[in-house]
Amino acid sequence: MSKMLLEAKELHTYYGASHILHGIDFHIRQGEGIALMGRNGMGKTTLIKSLLGIVRPRHGRVMVCGDDFTKAPTYRIAQRGIAYVPEGRGIFPNLSVRENLQMAARAGVDGQREWTFERVMATFPRLGERINNGGWQLSGGEQQMLTIGRALMTNPDLLILDEATEGLAPLIALEIWRIVKEIRKTGIATMIVDKNHSAVTSICDRAMILVKGEVVFDGDSETVRDNPELIQKYLGV
Amino acid sequence: MDFASFLIQTLNSLQYGLLLFLVASGLTLVFGIMGIINLAHGSFYMIGAYLAFVLTSATGSLFAALALGIPLALAFGALLEWALFSHLYKRDHLEQVLLTYGLILIFEELRSLLVGDDVHGVDIPAIFSASIPLSDVLSYPVYRLVISVVCIVLAVALYFVIQRTRLGMMIRAGNHDRVMVEALGININMIYRVVFALGVALAALAGMLAAPISSVFPNMGSHVLIISFVIVVIGGIGSVWGALVAALIIGFVDTFGKVLIPELSGMVVYVVMAVVLLWRPEGIFKKG
Repeated sequence: MSKMLLEAKELHTYYGASHILHGIDFHIRQGEGIALMGRNGMGKTTLIKSLLGIVRPRHGRVMVCGDDFTKAPTYRIAQRGIAYVPEGRGIFPNLSVRENLQMAARAGVDGQREWTFERVMATFPRLGERINNGGWQLSGGEQQMLTIGRALMTNPDLLILDEATEGLAPLIALEIWRIVKEIRKTGIATMIVDKNHSAVTSICDRAMILVKGEVVFDGDSETVRDNPELIQKYLGV
Repeated sequence: MDFASFLIQTLNSLQYGLLLFLVASGLTLVFGIMGIINLAHGSFYMIGAYLAFVLTSATGSLFAALALGIPLALAFGALLEWALFSHLYKRDHLEQVLLTYGLILIFEELRSLLVGDDVHGVDIPAIFSASIPLSDVLSYPVYRLVISVVCIVLAVALYFVIQRTRLGMMIRAGNHDRVMVEALGININMIYRVVFALGVALAALAGMLAAPISSVFPNMGSHVLIISFVIVVIGGIGSVWGALVAALIIGFVDTFGKVLIPELSGMVVYVVMAVVLLWRPEGIFKKG
């Protein structure tokens, strides 16, 4: 079996008094693709933030490549090869497109520098056209490409995409999916949250469904795709 | 006003404004990036001036005092950030004001214990002690020109660091979204420490440079602090460029105010601030 990248045991996370995650077990291996699914407010983003140390779980453990990172600061978790594309994108509007990419450039955990500025430019030609524009001048789709490109500049082993296509025009969303598939092919593990169930389940091999902060399904993404009852029961609006 | 005195006042305005910029640039960075209102920032200016006095007395040269004082100020800033300010980032402004006001009192008390409450002077280095004659009776001291040149060099260097280096990109990015900076694997706390130490060193350097022309006296930081806050607010919180423009405006308004309307000179600066804020409530240059 391939190497364990990120693992969490018995995560309980609270926002003030409200109990959001109820003892979640999670793991992702090298090269794996996981679709993290569930309706709004079920704890998907909270799980991601707990894994990254942005939100501190009250109980439970977070392990990166087998080492305990439960209390580690976010930047140390990121330095172990985990890149995050947050909901709402999170570009730096006060930096140019070039600067957004340059400031993140870093060799990967094993010193790999496969994702260079040039390669990101080749993957996102649209960014090349806007290289000297300020981040605030980009369209939603371009911002999303910039965030993904910026995450790749850190040469990650795992890419976490939270609602990457939200609010984008269908054609732009298709373009994003095409790029994510390309990234998957390079062997980077991915964890994807998205409302487009058929797209995520076709890109990822595994699916995990959260309901009220608990894992109700963890298995083949095909099972989810081919099972309308499951989708209706856990994901239907 | 004849041309020679106009020229002198212009040079004085420039020199005063640039010196204020050194103090205000650190204040605006710390305020804009870390969200900290640091009332003790003026104390760093005072500490710089006293460092200049103590070290010049000990070594006999302002240059040696600068060479020793700048690293000391950087280390002091990093230590202070680590021990106190790093705990303030998530606190509200009232707690920040309480701590940093307390620091003013502590710094002044320590200054009183260590150096005393007398007014001191620092000699202008001999090679800069000349004056350039501008008319039969008026001349301009070379040392003031040197201060202006040093400040300009530092302003350019600061601009370069912030606009052209990766550190500068990280600082600006941290100004917008610190969590995202961290999620990219960047130790934002270290960036904060560097910025804070840099701010302390710039303010202390301003104090050291000013010591020979303004003399060294208790509470000399408080006036500079207030003016620096005026500059930060006029320039736009977090904007170094804004601080430069605002500092120059204040330098000119204050200097010429004292010459042209001496009765009202104490309030001209605040009138300018009020007018700017009515025109642009977020300062001339918005954050970023």
